[in-house]
Amino acid sequence: MAEGILEIDDSNFDTEVLQADKPVMVDFWAPWCGPCKAIGPMVEELAGAFGDQVKFAKCNVDENPVTPGKYGIRAIPTLIFFKDGNVSEQITGMAAKSKLEDAINKLL
Amino acid sequence: MKNVDYDIVIIGGGPAGLTAGLYAARAKLNGVLIEKLAPGGQVLVTDWVENYPGFPEGISGIDLVGKMADQAKQFGLVIENGEVMSLDLSGPVKQIRLNDRTITAHAIIIASGASPRKLGVPGEDRFYGKGVSSCATCDGPFYRDRAVAAVGGGDTAVQESLFLTRFAKKVYLIHRRDELRATGILRERALANDKLEILWDSVLTRIDGLTNVEKITVKNVKSGETKTIDVDGCFMWIGIRPNAEFLGDEVKRDEFGFVITDSKMETSVPGVYAAGDVRDTPLRQIATAVGDAAIAAFSAEHHISSKQ
Repeated sequence: MAEGILEIDDSNFDTEVLQADKPVMVDFWAPWCGPCKAIGPMVEELAGAFGDQVKFAKCNVDENPVTPGKYGIRAIPTLIFFKDGNVSEQITGMAAKSKLEDAINKLL
Repeated sequence: MKNVDYDIVIIGGGPAGLTAGLYAARAKLNGVLIEKLAPGGQVLVTDWVENYPGFPEGISGIDLVGKMADQAKQFGLVIENGEVMSLDLSGPVKQIRLNDRTITAHAIIIASGASPRKLGVPGEDRFYGKGVSSCATCDGPFYRDRAVAAVGGGDTAVQESLFLTRFAKKVYLIHRRDELRATGILRERALANDKLEILWDSVLTRIDGLTNVEKITVKNVKSGETKTIDVDGCFMWIGIRPNAEFLGDEVKRDEFGFVITDSKMETSVPGVYAAGDVRDTPLRQIATAVGDAAIAAFSAEHHISSKQ
């Protein structure tokens, strides 16, 4: 696990994401997904830049079917940006770093 | 003479861009590769590559481009994240406007690739990420024991549909002609696969559902007959369009927007080259992209040295 990125699962999603004391970005991924691996470094860079204001988490959809199901995720990578437990933005597929930065700035 | 940031700027980090970067780095050019998303390009969404020589067992798309990136970086290629917004090619020094800055170079290699084309049917945009997809390796496993549709008849459509049969209980391949365009070995595999049903002479006309894809409508172009089929997903592989929005009118392109080059990979603008899927070419493969790129980098090197 990359530094600054919390691995979350179905059991702690509510406490770690919905009840978090700051905004959260969750990266839904799976080991079989090439683009998910490819955006990894970008997500780590964002965690490095915004880590003190936003919590960064990742959720393996293979091991945790409940949470992705709740958010209707049928494609990965999907990034969901949460503020106060609500979805602020949901981005599916690979996106430019600037687009992710915009989504993060909306949380702040 | 005013300072120029780079000898060469390479736009795009798929197989063409990475190969151009490898050659430029080994030629000791001062260069940078600008990638909008992550190095790899369309190969990242390819589950298995078995027509790129040197890998008799085949290799996953992400491993192959990972190796290409490592090889180029080993010789000093710098890869930066950025989005090219526009080019100013009016002078001998080219200006590349990025989302956050402008850089200058003596030569440019356009290796920005291509993206899956949309069909333009009702429901396609609405259900994107909710059943509509172009990436079987990303989304295929969500369709375990479900029925899905795929549209197309070329190599990508057939290969990726075959990949989907590993998960889905049924894959309907919708193809507008009465024979597949895909290469022989893929055609054979498609016809032999029990889970794959090819709907010949057919086009997809709409995608419906409540929050996710639930059914599609297919029309037979010969009989005019339409029918609906219950599916949970619909994959689109009907061809590609060039990623060339940032190019102005100076660089000549064909009727579909692909960049026209000569045999040295030079575009209509001296010092500007193109390689890979963005180029007007009869075949778009990893093998052809890397060949284009080697020539483009070699030509660019000559162009740069003639300026000094």
